[in-house]
Amino acid sequence: MANTEQKKIRVATTSLAGCFGCHMSLLDIDERLFTLLEHVEFDRTPLTDIKHCGPCDVGLVEGGLCNAENVHVLREFRNNCKILVAVGACAVTGGLPAQRNHLDLADCLQEVYVTEISLHNGLIPNDPELPLPLDKVHPLHEVVKVDYFIPGCPPSADTLWKFLTDLLAGRTPTLGVELTRYD
Amino acid sequence: MSETFQLDGEDIPFAPGQTVLQAALSAGHYIPHLCYHPEFKPHGSCKVCTVKIGNRTAASCTMPAQAGLEIESNTEEMNALRRTLVQMLFAEGNHFCPSCEKSGNCELQALGSDLGVMTAGFRHFYPNRPVDASHPDILLDFNRCILCELCVRASCEVDEKCVFALSGRGITKHLVVNATSGKLADTDIALTDKAMQVCPVGVIIKKRVGFAVPIGERRYDQRPISAQALDDAPRPPSGSGVCQACEE
Repeated sequence: MANTEQKKIRVATTSLAGCFGCHMSLLDIDERLFTLLEHVEFDRTPLTDIKHCGPCDVGLVEGGLCNAENVHVLREFRNNCKILVAVGACAVTGGLPAQRNHLDLADCLQEVYVTEISLHNGLIPNDPELPLPLDKVHPLHEVVKVDYFIPGCPPSADTLWKFLTDLLAGRTPTLGVELTRYD
Repeated sequence: MSETFQLDGEDIPFAPGQTVLQAALSAGHYIPHLCYHPEFKPHGSCKVCTVKIGNRTAASCTMPAQAGLEIESNTEEMNALRRTLVQMLFAEGNHFCPSCEKSGNCELQALGSDLGVMTAGFRHFYPNRPVDASHPDILLDFNRCILCELCVRASCEVDEKCVFALSGRGITKHLVVNATSGKLADTDIALTDKAMQVCPVGVIIKKRVGFAVPIGERRYDQRPISAQALDDAPRPPSGSGVCQACEE
C-alpha cells in the first residue's frame, strides 16, 4: 500500500437516538486510529463537525430513530453513502429508547415534563425548532436499506476494528461468535 | 455394536428410543435447539433443531433415530432457516439484551450470536407485556417469553404445582399464571422449584442476585453454545412426569 496517491475511503458517522457510546468505542481503538486515518478521511461526523454529508463510501450510524430529524439525517446518509452500517444496539433494535414503545407518547411527555414528582411548573417543550418526536422509536432497517449491522451496547473497539479492517481490505465483514455480542 | 445413523457425514450411535437430537447431543454433536431440555420429553415446538433428511425437513428433537438415516444439519440451508426463526423470536418479543440480567446466560442470545444473527431483520412488534413483580423473591418479565413451555412442563411434571400455562392462540398466545388473581404471589411457587431453573431466556428471574456473576463471565461468555452439546445430552428426569394435582 505504498501508493500514497490512492484515494482514501470517505467515511461519515452520526449519532441519532443514541448516547455516543458507539462513537466512544470507535475512539477506543486508540493508536489504531492512526492506521485508520492512513486509509480513510472523514466527512460529516461529530469528530469533524461537518454538518451535512456529501458522497461517501461508508456511513456509520449510531442510534435509532426517535424524532423527525433522525429520519432526515438517516435519509441524507442513505442517499450519500455507498455502504450504510447500523452500529450498536439502538441502531439495530431501537435499543434503550425503544423501551418507551409500549407506552403512549403523550403519556410519556406528560410524565416526564409535567407530572414528574420533582418538577415545579412543568411544561412540555414546544419550541418550533425542536424536532417532533416519533410515535414509536424505530431501528434503522425499518426506514432505509441497511447494508451491515454491528450489534452490541456498545460494540467493542475490537469489534469495530475487525469490521472496519475487513471492509477496508475488500472482504465481507465477519465478526464471528466471539465479537457478535448483543449486550 | 449399536446401530448408527449419519449426521453431516459422521456416524452417530444411538440407543433404542432416542431421537436424532438426543443421540447427537449424547455423542457430543451439536444441533442448534431451543425448546428442548435434557430432562424433559422433547416438545418439537420451536423448530430450531430442524434438520434435512433426504428431501424432507424434520424437527430432530422428536424425530426417532433410525439406522441408516442420512441427515444434514450444519449446512448453510439449515442454518439460514434457523437464523430466520431466531430473528422472528427477537422481533416478536421485547429482547433488550443490554438491560437484561440474563444476558450471557440466555439461550436465545447464545443461539443468535452463534448462528451469526446480526439483526432481527423484521419489523419489531414491541408488544406491551407488563411484568409481574408481585412475588417477594421472583420476578416474571413476560417481555422475553418465547413460549417454549419449559416452565409449564417443569412446574407440572416435576414440581407438581402447575403454576404456569399458555393461554390464547396464534399471535395472542401468552404465558399465564395459574391463580385467580393471575399474580405469581398467589401461587405456591418456591425458589427451589424446577420451574425456576429451566427458563432459557430471562422471564423467570430470582430477585436480588441479577449481577452476582458479572457480564463477561457467564455461561455463554466462556464458550459458545455450540461447544456445549454434551451438557445437553439427555439425562433422567428429576420428577415423576405426572402431576398429581392435575390427575385428581
